[in-house]
Amino acid sequence: MATATAPPTTSRRAHRRRVDPVFYAFLVPTLVLFTLAITLPAVMGIVLSFTNSVGFGTFTFVGLTNYVAVFSDPALLHAYLFTLFFACITTVVVNVIAFLLSIALTAKIRAKVALRSIFVLPMVIAGIVIAYVFSYLFANSLPALAQSVGFGPLEQSILANPHLAWIAIVTVAAWQAIPGALLIYIAGVLSIPGDVYEAASLDGATGWRQVVSITMPLTAGYILINVIISFKGFMNVYDVIVGLTNGGPGTATTSVAMSIFNGFGNGDYAYQMANATIFFLIGVVIALLQMRLNRGKAAF
Amino acid sequence: MTTPVAVGIDPADKAIPAPAAKGRGRRQRLGTNWTITIVLAVCSLSVLVPLYVTISMAFKTTKQAVDGNAFSLPLPVSLSGFREAWTLTDFPRSFVISVGVAAVTVTGTIILATLASYAISHNWEHRLFRYSFFYLLAAMFLPFPVVALSQVKLTGMVHLDNPIGVAILHVMFQLSFSVMLFTAFLRSIPGELEESARMDGATTGIVFWRLIFPLLAPMSATVGIFAFLASWNDYMMPVLITSNPKLQTLPVLQQIFQTQFSNNYNVSFASYLMAMAPSIIVYLITQRWVISGLTQGAIK
Repeated sequence: MATATAPPTTSRRAHRRRVDPVFYAFLVPTLVLFTLAITLPAVMGIVLSFTNSVGFGTFTFVGLTNYVAVFSDPALLHAYLFTLFFACITTVVVNVIAFLLSIALTAKIRAKVALRSIFVLPMVIAGIVIAYVFSYLFANSLPALAQSVGFGPLEQSILANPHLAWIAIVTVAAWQAIPGALLIYIAGVLSIPGDVYEAASLDGATGWRQVVSITMPLTAGYILINVIISFKGFMNVYDVIVGLTNGGPGTATTSVAMSIFNGFGNGDYAYQMANATIFFLIGVVIALLQMRLNRGKAAF
Repeated sequence: MTTPVAVGIDPADKAIPAPAAKGRGRRQRLGTNWTITIVLAVCSLSVLVPLYVTISMAFKTTKQAVDGNAFSLPLPVSLSGFREAWTLTDFPRSFVISVGVAAVTVTGTIILATLASYAISHNWEHRLFRYSFFYLLAAMFLPFPVVALSQVKLTGMVHLDNPIGVAILHVMFQLSFSVMLFTAFLRSIPGELEESARMDGATTGIVFWRLIFPLLAPMSATVGIFAFLASWNDYMMPVLITSNPKLQTLPVLQQIFQTQFSNNYNVSFASYLMAMAPSIIVYLITQRWVISGLTQGAIK
């Protein structure tokens, strides 16, 4: 990793050159601020997860009690399972659609600039706001539409159905995440030299054959990056759920991030810190897997 | 399937002409792929319809919004929704707060990240600078929910449980991504440029402001746009960090329509529209950098 990401601008010059003190002034304030704003809270959270702190006042160390409690909490287990389920499904949906769109948007089409702008647009809209818009569509317009065509299963709002509400969340999360993946796929598709396709068409490969045999293998790196970025983002899902179901009906769509935040209001501070620490460790495992899979290809 | 869909890449997309471009003339003249164009146009409705509903609902009267269907045109066009939303969210105040948070985030991110990246890439052979790079990058694997609860406590203790604290945290969470992009870009700047400036007696500070910072401008534009979008659209951080509801940003304020005024759809949609319009306008102005920056900078 070190050699892959090193900016070796100065490696040619003399080693162990004296550092101009101004450079410390450039870097150290940022490091201090970063440590206070991110590292300190992270360490504090991990330490407090081994205590019985309620967020203020005195506390004592209680060992692994919180962790044992986390692992035996059915509500939290459900939140983890739901978040994993949601992240997997949405990652697949986003990447399949974004990949197909990237191929279509790099083909010989009319109004290419306008179409690209439209498909990228959802990226710039706040998740919470668009979730509110969709919650209206799911709660009012979709049932009205279903009634007018007499389609029974959708005549009730899917947001009120504990078995179907996740579909709405996946839809909105995907709606918002597709543009980011799409931009990366477009870059990937454009990085393939045109002669490769020419050679393939000379051999009689057209259409889907080209996509499967050329585009997909040659953009494998981009697919991997996109899958990892999507999955990591979806594991933290929060505002889309707040806007659509607020975790309901009941707790059917409560995500891990949501359970952590809700716990804060209930005075479960130390307990939720144990939950957050476990959540963090899962993130680290995913990050390490990604580095192994992605060795030297990109820094994220 | 009598006519195979030729998906091939549009040669116009290639910024740099491939060396083997001579023999391409014939292929290029093959006509527009209308099948794909039409499919894309239909798919773009999935983006446009929710936006159309937002706009049309916003311009309806309360009576139309409640009993009409979501897809009908607002006839007559009414501005009453906007008027009421304006006062309910105290739009001028919340708009100024949102703009302020975003402005601090963009400026802070660009200044801190360029300074740090220059120091890091210039002194890569020194351990402190090299390790700092990985230290700052590591935050990419630390999602906000993990540190949120401790940050809420700490910002409360130092009286930063307000938009200023939110802006500082936004900058800190943008650092990893931004430092990564800037150091990657600095790698491509030849060291001779800087050496000749130093030969003329320029100090490190002058080299940075007169040479490095202007050279980084295109990357700063990209970093700035992403920092703006992340900050403007964020819901999680302001909702947790800012304790005084009167100081909330625009996306967070939209939640009042879920409870108190849930039947005045024209008012809530007018408010949603006012919350999303600024980022859509910024996107339409800057989309050239959004798209080129992400496709060139992030993916190497």
